[in-house]
Amino acid sequence: MRNPQLNANGELTHLLSIQGLPRDVLIHILDTASSFLKVSDRNVKKVPLLRGKSVFNVFFENSTRTRTTFEIAAKRLSADVINLDVTRSSTAKGETLLDTVDNLVAMHADMFVVRHAASGAPHLIADHLRRLGRNDVHVVNAGDGRHAHPTQGLLDMYTIRHYKKDFDQLVVAVVGDILHSRVARSDLHALTTLGAAEVRAVGPQTLLPTAMETMGVRVCHDLRAGLRDCDVIIMLRLQNERMNGALLPSAREYFACYGLTPAMLALAKPDAIVMHPGPMNRGVEIDSDVADGPQAVILPQVTFGIAVRMAVMGILAGN
Amino acid sequence: MPSIDLPDAEAQCAELAELIRPHLRPGTLLVGIHSGGVWVARRLRDLLDQANDIGLIDVSFYRDDYGERGLHARVKPSSMPFDVEGRPLILVDDVLYTGRTTRAAINELFDYGRPASIQLAVLADRGRRELPICADFCPWRVQLDSAQELILSADSDGRLRWSVAENA
Repeated sequence: MRNPQLNANGELTHLLSIQGLPRDVLIHILDTASSFLKVSDRNVKKVPLLRGKSVFNVFFENSTRTRTTFEIAAKRLSADVINLDVTRSSTAKGETLLDTVDNLVAMHADMFVVRHAASGAPHLIADHLRRLGRNDVHVVNAGDGRHAHPTQGLLDMYTIRHYKKDFDQLVVAVVGDILHSRVARSDLHALTTLGAAEVRAVGPQTLLPTAMETMGVRVCHDLRAGLRDCDVIIMLRLQNERMNGALLPSAREYFACYGLTPAMLALAKPDAIVMHPGPMNRGVEIDSDVADGPQAVILPQVTFGIAVRMAVMGILAGN
Repeated sequence: MPSIDLPDAEAQCAELAELIRPHLRPGTLLVGIHSGGVWVARRLRDLLDQANDIGLIDVSFYRDDYGERGLHARVKPSSMPFDVEGRPLILVDDVLYTGRTTRAAINELFDYGRPASIQLAVLADRGRRELPICADFCPWRVQLDSAQELILSADSDGRLRWSVAENA
């Protein structure tokens, strides 16, 4: 079966998931992002690449930061950006997802940035567009259920490359609620595709999916073992709102076992970097002394995220 | 297809520097267009004893054929290691052809500020312009068939050299 993210020429036409994307596509996005990073330092923080294009932010699930960074990225590419709060509009009145899409296509949308609580929703839209023969309309997944959050995965890779250079020398630990985390899944696929020397998934058994080893990942249930001699630590947010049933005794106990404190961080390499996709729960998965400390690169991640999203939109709209 | 004698690109850089020298104003800055223009701008900086670093421009984000070609080639970061506001600039490229690259570069330069002036220096002008653009400094005017591509490349020892590719 053909990769639904690539067009007939093998070019990236939708970004739905990092899984299944070749290494050179990821590298091309990261290289392009480094050129876009400089645009934000200029007097005029815009390039004319997407002039006259309409980008629709269609968020079926709340998110301020991701929606805002996509909006900034699209505006810096000179696109017209339309933000739809779908949860409060047509969907609430009973319109189906694909009817909403058809209406927006009739309004001459060129790109959809989609967030949805259901895994696979952006894929469904991309598939629908292909059946309509609309190869000129592109879809970016801005997070779908527990499945994927590819631009977050890419900006994490950009951050790692910025501070650490070569992936094949790196030990990377992804720590926390991997079960519910689409960020973790995107990071793990990206890290294995880019050839990280060792990737560890660290968390309690109840928050780790089964059969993680098949992804080429080492599973650690002990935080100390998971952090030892790491170059990169990616902390995940404890997803309280996704937690149905008693997977954890309490947030306090979680912090005692899996919270990243200065003492725990000291087990990693002295120059290890600490990342977090935000929003952070201070005192639940990360101690404030670490979050605000010299090894944290959490705010640079946000800045890099805009350049990475510019690169993704710039590449998609040209294919 | 007419075959042409290709001149020595290094000697042409020296010739170009002498064309520019009498017109050099205080505070003039050189900006090279990736990749050939950057090589030539570096030569000019040394030949004209300029203290300032050169600016680098990659016009990929400003091209007018993005709709047809997309964003494929590796884009190099543009960098302006100086404030262009109120400064005289010399934009440097290897080959002037349709003028579209020059147009894109001028647009990008204005996104960094408002320069006092922009002049254009190229090693070769191969005619067939599609926009009202001309070079202020140019040592070599040459007529080539539209199927021919004039390419400046750097040898392993860094020496600049011309070649012509025949496109089908």
